[in-house]
Amino acid sequence: MKFGILVNEGPYQHQASDTAYQFCKAVLAKGWQVQRVFFYHDGVNNATKLTEPPQDDRNIVQRWSRLAEEHDIDLVVCVAAALRRGIREDNLAPGFRISGLGQLVESGIQADRLVVFGD
Amino acid sequence: MLHIINKSPLERSALDSCLRTAGGGAILLIEDAVYAATRGHAAAARIEEALARFAVYALTPDLAARGVADRLIDGVTPVDYGGFVELVAEHPASHSWL
Amino acid sequence: MSNVKKFVFVNRKAPYGTIYALEALEVVLITAAFDQDVSLVFMDDGVYQLKRGQQTQAIENKNFSPVYRALEGYDVEKLYVEREALAARALTEDDLLVPVTVLSSAELGALIDSQDVVLSF
Repeated sequence: MKFGILVNEGPYQHQASDTAYQFCKAVLAKGWQVQRVFFYHDGVNNATKLTEPPQDDRNIVQRWSRLAEEHDIDLVVCVAAALRRGIREDNLAPGFRISGLGQLVESGIQADRLVVFGD
Repeated sequence: MLHIINKSPLERSALDSCLRTAGGGAILLIEDAVYAATRGHAAAARIEEALARFAVYALTPDLAARGVADRLIDGVTPVDYGGFVELVAEHPASHSWL
Repeated sequence: MSNVKKFVFVNRKAPYGTIYALEALEVVLITAAFDQDVSLVFMDDGVYQLKRGQQTQAIENKNFSPVYRALEGYDVEKLYVEREALAARALTEDDLLVPVTVLSSAELGALIDSQDVVLSF
């Protein structure tokens, strides 16, 4: 089964990105597929490599990057939402790419389930 | 339909809006919504009523993180993240009440 | 046509206080461009998105309410509003800037149940 994921909130401020990450790990643990994770609204802030959390806290951005690398997951940041919030190619963390909202709609069409995480 | 609620019913209307409109299916309480399914909570009666129409689940890691895992009301089924994934798979669609 | 899914957008938040309503509208337009079956639901404070007479100059925000009137041009014609939400806010259909179908809470619930993809903003 293929899951599309939508993350609508930024890291640390809301639990949405944490829950989405744990959900993705559980999907993979079952041998199912994460078709794409799409970041929208303030969710685009999950993609900046400039994030530096305190040492004793989880690194939400790196966690996504690692998940993408280990499981070949497509992490897509909405271009319009990203530009509004100062997220650009040159501050993108590894594994993320910037593209259009069409990628979210495509996820809704192609994935068996689309699950939304937000505020 | 799997209804996913993530906000405390004392702060937001998501749970009430879901109960007002949805005819049935399953409700999964995650994040701050898990408080609704704790014994003696002002919203607990609404959850108990909802059990007649919905299967109700609450996410264990969120209950535990908030120190209320031992207060889950009868009839609400605790699930972990794997259970969350299975619930999404079992239902044709999910609705996150943001 | 096998790639056509039923998308419903559930709008429960008022405009301007947060960006959700505006960015939801952007997704609606793209989804319509993909020739999907699109429905919009307005309930709770989401009904305020359709209030006539929005004047945003003084808060220096873009007034995006005319976009709802333009949706028809994108073949987005299924707009549903919850009767109970209007009543709770002392609004009637005449206060809204586009023609809509007013449904009861239960009718809206059944409509959302019949969809393939539910996006709530």
